[in-house]
Amino acid sequence: MGRKAPGFAAVAAFLLSVGACGGGITPTTQTDVGITSNSILLGTTNALSGAAAAYGTIANAENAYFTHVNNNQGGVNGRKITFKILDDGYNPAQTVPLTKQLVEQDQVFAMFSGLGTQTQTSVREYLNSKKVPQLFVATGATTWGKDFNSNQWTLSWQPPYQGEARIYAKDVLANHPNASIGVLYQNDDYGQDYLKGLTDGLGDKASTMIKDKESYDVTAANPFAQLTKLKGAGVDTVFLFSTPKPTIQSLAFITAGLHWEPTIYLNSVSNPQVYMGLAAKSGAALKNVTSVGYIKDPTDPQWAGDEGMKLYKQVIANCSTCNVNDGFNIYGVAVAYTMVDVIKQAGSNLTRANIMKIASSQLNESNPFLLPGIKVTTTSSDHFPIMQEQVITWAGTGWKLQGSLIDERGTIK
Amino acid sequence: MNRIRTAPPRYWLVALTLVFFLGFPTVISSFLASEWTQALILAIAIMGLNILVGYSGQLSLGHGAFMALGAYVSAILAHRYKMDYLVTVPIAAVFTGGVGFLFGIPALRLSPLYLALATFALAVVTPSLIKRPAGLTGGVQGILVLQPDPPDFAREAFAFVTGTAMTSDQWIYYITLLLAVVLFWLAWNLVRHRPGRAMRAIRDGEVAAAASGVNVAGYKTLAFGISAFYGGTAGSLFALSTGFISPDTFPVSLSIQLLVGAVVGGLASIPGPLLGAIFAFFLPIGSNQWVPSQTWLPDQITSTVKNAGPAVSYGVVLILIMMFAPNGIVGLLRSGYVILNRRLRGASDPKTGQMPPDPQTV
Repeated sequence: MGRKAPGFAAVAAFLLSVGACGGGITPTTQTDVGITSNSILLGTTNALSGAAAAYGTIANAENAYFTHVNNNQGGVNGRKITFKILDDGYNPAQTVPLTKQLVEQDQVFAMFSGLGTQTQTSVREYLNSKKVPQLFVATGATTWGKDFNSNQWTLSWQPPYQGEARIYAKDVLANHPNASIGVLYQNDDYGQDYLKGLTDGLGDKASTMIKDKESYDVTAANPFAQLTKLKGAGVDTVFLFSTPKPTIQSLAFITAGLHWEPTIYLNSVSNPQVYMGLAAKSGAALKNVTSVGYIKDPTDPQWAGDEGMKLYKQVIANCSTCNVNDGFNIYGVAVAYTMVDVIKQAGSNLTRANIMKIASSQLNESNPFLLPGIKVTTTSSDHFPIMQEQVITWAGTGWKLQGSLIDERGTIK
Repeated sequence: MNRIRTAPPRYWLVALTLVFFLGFPTVISSFLASEWTQALILAIAIMGLNILVGYSGQLSLGHGAFMALGAYVSAILAHRYKMDYLVTVPIAAVFTGGVGFLFGIPALRLSPLYLALATFALAVVTPSLIKRPAGLTGGVQGILVLQPDPPDFAREAFAFVTGTAMTSDQWIYYITLLLAVVLFWLAWNLVRHRPGRAMRAIRDGEVAAAASGVNVAGYKTLAFGISAFYGGTAGSLFALSTGFISPDTFPVSLSIQLLVGAVVGGLASIPGPLLGAIFAFFLPIGSNQWVPSQTWLPDQITSTVKNAGPAVSYGVVLILIMMFAPNGIVGLLRSGYVILNRRLRGASDPKTGQMPPDPQTV
């Protein structure tokens, strides 16, 4: 083998010289990375696999809307949108390299609608330091709008959890002033955000009205022990600040396991009709269930003749794997609509900075997929695009709108 | 010169690998360098696991927990106490090593299956445990780790070679490479000397080892400690390279990924962890992006397999490797080399047709 050694040495020297000669590839810094005369490249990370894979359809629905705009309107101002979707499995450790890939290798113009609070927090610093727009993140954590001033390249879209919880507080005070409240919440920023909003919304009555708070971990198999405790504490109104799976389990367990009929408030994260159907199938009675909504429900017959709903059905036909009745899909189409709107408004000044300026301070849009009357609005001092929601109650087969829109703008400081 | 001419081929392989890893980042983008950093970090963690599983014969399904510990020790020291991050790496490694050593003591009483379950439980509770002291660990919000700018000497050297400025990602790559080389060299020394022989003796027959005067309990806990030391180093570097850690950064699947990497690469070998890490890191990413882009696959398959792309291809390749290369990639290469060698220059032992056993593989 010794005789072969010089050969290896030659290869090593060759590799070394290759290493020495090759020029490094560095990201070019121009004001319109990802834009050509006829295309715009957007990127996203979403949970296409893993525990939160139910959300993955959002990205496909967004892509369906971009396809619709490309095919029917020739793109936005003549530029067609390409949307690159990568799967981070809801794991922040994956989000970081994938986002770097989209920014540095694929050279996207902007990140759009990345999913998840932890996952998007993990790249917020990076994207802000690179001055890459992190637009309309798909999470309702309050931090996005509240901490905008320290992260000016990041913006969310949907109503913040705290704002939603304040609406529940208002509703309880108006309709059940003597309620004795028990809260089940997920032990993370999402559940704690809701709890804070509820406590703030109830004001000085919070300490007397909230009898018991029980938390569960995301990884827990079910929240049955916590619900049993809540019943034992003698509460008559239960708040479920939980993701779809534990919510369905809770609804079923309250009826079938505990034979209990409390008034139930359900967070909007878990209220798509698909999940209500699953809960009913597992034995939930679904009596006195209240939630809030801001998007039109595709299964609600009252929107059958609605122009926005007709457009949604036409758009979603572009996505072969999307279930037309899934509330997450109309969410995706609605947020993509806002994105296209922003790009349209930027006109010929299509730079990252201008896009951020429009999205964070100049939005004033009526979105056909949101409940009538809701305006997607931002100003130079307010960076929560959607702040109006409406109370809904479960009516056996679907949600029924109650009262009128409630505006929480300006309540979160 | 004569010494170089007669050096065994594995030395040339080592030199070639080193040159490859040194020169690689100068020709690839900063982003790809950051991916290779992660692969090297996995290699360090898998090397730790390999010492425990491959050499001392104790199964661990919870090595992600040691990575999490190392990552959090470093991140907390750097974030709260404003220490230089690179100083925190050895602190995290030693601390995690100590914890691993202590964990090894109760582990002595557990038979292999129960040890696997106990370590698995450790991996399962880790994300929840991290969330509790939210003031210290940042809870679910996680901790941001600032990536250091490359120092002047590195910047100048890199600019001299490539003509472009060095990024933080490339600097972190070289830090990781340096530590990986040192740790692999230490592991190589360890397994060739007394502790390594003692560990293998324990793995192959605990009673026999004890009868030969090997301190079974001592070496078993030592293996745990060393293994956790490697895990802690890897975790600390992991936090540095991703720039952010949160409880979900260390799911149970990370521990499984490490074990898969160790087995696929080849247990009880030194190059095994490196090959296993490259496999365990790039296969999920590759298949994730490859499967959906294949237009020839029927829609029904892509739409169902798409979301599970990484998992499915991971499983398929794993099954294939276990069927055709039960000793991992290293075992496959080694037997391939033996066959090739025999073809080229005839069997070394004309009577049996066998190569004499390589002392490194015993």
